[in-house]
Amino acid sequence: MFRIILRRLLQGLLTLLLASIIIFGATEILPGDVAEAVLGQNRTEEALATLREQMGLDRPAIVRYADWLGGMLQGDLGTSLATDRPVADMIGSRIWNTLRLALLAAAISVPLSLALGLWAAMRAGGAVDKTMAMTTLALIAVPEFFIGLVLMKIFAVELGWLSATANTRPYYDFWQNFRALALPVATLSFAVLAHMMRMTRSSVINIFTSAYIEMAALKGLPKRRLVLRHALPNALSPIFTVIALNLSYMVSGVIIVETVFGVPGLTRLLVDGVSLRDIPLIQACAMIFGSVYILLNLLADILSILANPRLRYPK
Amino acid sequence: MSDILSIRNLRVEGRPPGGAYVPIVKDVSLSVRKGEVLALIGESGSGKSTISLAAMGFARPGCRIAGGEVWLNGYDIMKLSPRERHALRGDAVSYVAQSAAASFNPALRIGRQVIEAPLWHGAGDAATLTAQATELYRKLDLPNPESVGHRFPHQVSGGQLQRLMAAMAMSCGPDLLILDEPTTALDVTTQIEVLKAFKDIIREQGTAAIYVTHDLAVVAQVADRILVLKDGEMVEEGTTDAILHNPQHDYTRKLMAAVRPAPHLVDHVAARDADVPVLSVQNVTAGYGTVTILSDVSMEVPRASVVGVIGESGCGKSTLARVVAGLTPAREGRIELNGKQVEAELDARPREALRDCQMVFQMADTALNPRQRIRDILGRPLQFYHGMTGRKQADRVAELLDLVDLPASFASRYPAELSGGQKQRVNLARALAADPRIILCDEVTSALDTVVAAGVIELLKSLRDRLGVAYMFISHDLSTVASFADEVVVLYAGRVVEKGPSKAVFQAPWHPYTHLLLASVPEMRQGWLEGVADTAEARAASTGSVQIGAKGCPFANRCAKVITGTCETVAPPVRDLPGGLTIACHLPPEALPA
Amino acid sequence: MSDATDPIAPRASVFAGLRLTWTAIIAGSVLLFWFTLALIGPWIAPHGEAEIISSTTFAPIGEGGILGTDKLGRDVLSRLIYGVRTTMLLALVTTVISFACGVTLGFAAAILKGWFDVIVSRIVEAFMAFPSTLLALVIIGVFGTSITVLVLTVGLVLSTGVFRVSRALGYDVGVMDFVEAARARGEGTWWILTREILPNSMAPLIAEFGLRFTFSILFLSGLSFLGLGVQEPAADWGLMVQENVGGLFLGSSAALLPAACIASLTISMNLLVDWFQQRQQGETVLEKIDQ
Repeated sequence: MFRIILRRLLQGLLTLLLASIIIFGATEILPGDVAEAVLGQNRTEEALATLREQMGLDRPAIVRYADWLGGMLQGDLGTSLATDRPVADMIGSRIWNTLRLALLAAAISVPLSLALGLWAAMRAGGAVDKTMAMTTLALIAVPEFFIGLVLMKIFAVELGWLSATANTRPYYDFWQNFRALALPVATLSFAVLAHMMRMTRSSVINIFTSAYIEMAALKGLPKRRLVLRHALPNALSPIFTVIALNLSYMVSGVIIVETVFGVPGLTRLLVDGVSLRDIPLIQACAMIFGSVYILLNLLADILSILANPRLRYPK
Repeated sequence: MSDILSIRNLRVEGRPPGGAYVPIVKDVSLSVRKGEVLALIGESGSGKSTISLAAMGFARPGCRIAGGEVWLNGYDIMKLSPRERHALRGDAVSYVAQSAAASFNPALRIGRQVIEAPLWHGAGDAATLTAQATELYRKLDLPNPESVGHRFPHQVSGGQLQRLMAAMAMSCGPDLLILDEPTTALDVTTQIEVLKAFKDIIREQGTAAIYVTHDLAVVAQVADRILVLKDGEMVEEGTTDAILHNPQHDYTRKLMAAVRPAPHLVDHVAARDADVPVLSVQNVTAGYGTVTILSDVSMEVPRASVVGVIGESGCGKSTLARVVAGLTPAREGRIELNGKQVEAELDARPREALRDCQMVFQMADTALNPRQRIRDILGRPLQFYHGMTGRKQADRVAELLDLVDLPASFASRYPAELSGGQKQRVNLARALAADPRIILCDEVTSALDTVVAAGVIELLKSLRDRLGVAYMFISHDLSTVASFADEVVVLYAGRVVEKGPSKAVFQAPWHPYTHLLLASVPEMRQGWLEGVADTAEARAASTGSVQIGAKGCPFANRCAKVITGTCETVAPPVRDLPGGLTIACHLPPEALPA
Repeated sequence: MSDATDPIAPRASVFAGLRLTWTAIIAGSVLLFWFTLALIGPWIAPHGEAEIISSTTFAPIGEGGILGTDKLGRDVLSRLIYGVRTTMLLALVTTVISFACGVTLGFAAAILKGWFDVIVSRIVEAFMAFPSTLLALVIIGVFGTSITVLVLTVGLVLSTGVFRVSRALGYDVGVMDFVEAARARGEGTWWILTREILPNSMAPLIAEFGLRFTFSILFLSGLSFLGLGVQEPAADWGLMVQENVGGLFLGSSAALLPAACIASLTISMNLLVDWFQQRQQGETVLEKIDQ
């Protein structure tokens, strides 16, 4: 089993490396080069040459890649083209805002969706299950900004209970923080909650068709025990995958939510970077999000391996 | 009144997905006394499983109990609340399913699952129940009774798991035990030990039992009374002795007639002389990935003859067919069709070679494309091999359907509109459309009911006589093979242990494995089980499980006549015996079982 | 062991055995409505796509236009009508692109197996190692915003998922005995793909198309909402939300209406797909305990 885990770890590293190649390589496919893109239409040959030298574009791609990757590993994320500031500085001050949002949303949505998913599975076919199925189906079909705007309209504009902008200050007390963060966290949670709940439910329901669940039912065990003791341990693998998938799905959710509520987070920086075509900034942000995503998937796979008795207890 | 269970006028309805309810069990009544075993027998769709579950007041998803009374220990359980009824399951009545491998939860230890029902119903604490379970394991002859409960289901062999399921069912001390085809999924050599264990434990505990099966020979061993069912209705009921020896109803007689006599009791056809064999397999080794399934297999199929390939699940008999067809390329060895060598890879074979050798699969329904009409299914090989189109093709399709005894109107049907037996006839017709010299039949009758299967065999025989086509007939069912094969090849763990004319193979001397296999085929004679289960051979066979890729003789670990020190390490010599028989065994010919 | 004919046999059509339900009818009607509007929109819209009809910006419903005006004083209703065309057309084109790439490569990988499968699967895995939004942002960041870049990017991002589904389907159907029978007959890859595998994969592929279409709408409108998708003055629902968010505090519905339109479209599509797949779901053992 340890060999399987080790192999999976190595695979993860390889994926990370591939990801970095794609991120770096994307900028290389550009017709012309980054310098041309930065200077745009009104460029002079002179300015181009200067900029190229400044950015080190006259060196071969492989050397620049090695340089860039080496820098990344040492925490040197390059210099922003738009602001001329080190990317690390720009990110450092904002990463906490994004992380806080994501962590709070995860802390709410993961346990809630598991509980609701199991509950729905236990009541499969009943009125509760059907209502929940409809609601979640609608929720996953709705854009995040719609949920955000509706919540904002109701709780910030009409009722005025909560804040529409998620700016927090270090001196805020709990309630001030709550007022500021409630709406973005709720929006983000909604976005992944429905997905995770539906997939938890179907993972468990899938197991219900197994002969061993019928066997357990014919032992006279109550539903709760059938679901929690017999179905759940076998549904763990798919559920871990679902959680990882949705936590990484939060990345796109966070981008929208930060825009809707004006959160000064990492993804706002990325979106601004994309519109200004600030390539070092885009690369750094992409690497950060990409790594988190890959690590989460890695974690889910390892947990799945650990949850499989066939691998834990070989013949 | 000592009836443990009494069912009166039971009606159960089933609903296909999206459809309306239709009756599947119609007005069935039965009763089981204390200590009595009642067998429900019938073909698929007879409702036997459904009735047995109804005895627990349970209906499978998509079914519902529409009427009738189910009296258990003097209470009509259909009048109880769902909760009260559910409380009886795993307490007063318990269940043994067909596949133990699927019915044990893979994520939980066996011991916990065995004592789960009594623990939940408050029959004792975990320690007492575990001690009782260990006692049960011992009675069921399970190896390592002390520690087997700590294992996970995937760590235990199929036959042991099936016995453990019996322990799971008996752990709550039920008044009624329901056994739903509990040995059907097992190989014959494993079936004996399990059957014996079931029978002993039922007798010893004096439990009433319902035994559901389609196998009359098995019924003869375990049942006191038999209830014959057809299409959800009762046909005949009586003591085992009366039903087996004096059946009153036509349907029962038909069922009995479809059962073939034991292989060694058949009048075997004499092998025919032939010049160049249609198919010759020489020293073939094959497998998937790093696993080797077949090693050094050689065999021949003479023109217009039937060669049976027999062996238990996992012995590589299906792989052999796939290797011949080119679906699984052989790693080593030669394959010759009509005396000409063909490539191992399918893509490298000329079209005539493909045409000459056709294959018919086990699962009749998955072998037909559900989105094509029968006319297209049969028309394609006609066009592909013979360039036949239009009117000519349509005429030939009608001819082919006629050849397999199906009406020409079936051409416009889809496979889903055909029964299992009809589908298998279409599969056969598709193979015949190519005008092949040999047809590879991979367990073609195993998924069919006995009566239907007998019809398909008759058809195969008549086609051979009329068209001169040869068959490689792969089956685990020795009786069927014995009834029409000219020659037989016995495979064990991917190797040929014995081959020769049927007459020679099914008569002494035998390879020890062939002997065990033949002895294990249940006979429709009461008391047969006791006679066979206590032999040294059966005991030796039950101690080991099939090992693939063994250094010496693969059967060494289960052989009663093993020569310790030789058999496990040295590959057995292949001996030619009189009568065209070939046996791979270390034993000198005179020491072989006779 | 079956020798009984199934009373309700699956027929050749993937739509056989479906019963109309009210949800399906309503969802289908909504989709039909938007689809018709996308076709005939420009002829029935009261005003032009970018025409400024009033000096009042963010006029509420009933003032200015029927549904009010937006941040520049344009007619919200007209822009919604023009927007359905942009939104649906873009989503359709990207979905078709993703299916063209994904299905072809997916089935090819499943049938050809070997090195082709390994290489394509690895590349797709590498792309899937990124959150899809991030991948799109990087590409747009490098190539800039134009409709072509947008369509190709989203098409590429979606195609990875389609590839995965088709490959799995190809593998599942490809090991069925009837495909083996065709292989043993000597049929070529093209025949096996078009006559054996594809017809038996239609139902899941249709469902997948519906889901990808929904996803495409969400994805594109998300990008537009970030200002990285469709650019002004074109009318696109996602873009309209972005333009008019500011009006939310002035009592304007100019941001909420297009968002609601997107929701109606995607919810309907999801309901329809759900209905289409409903056949496979039956009772569970748990329900039987209560009976």
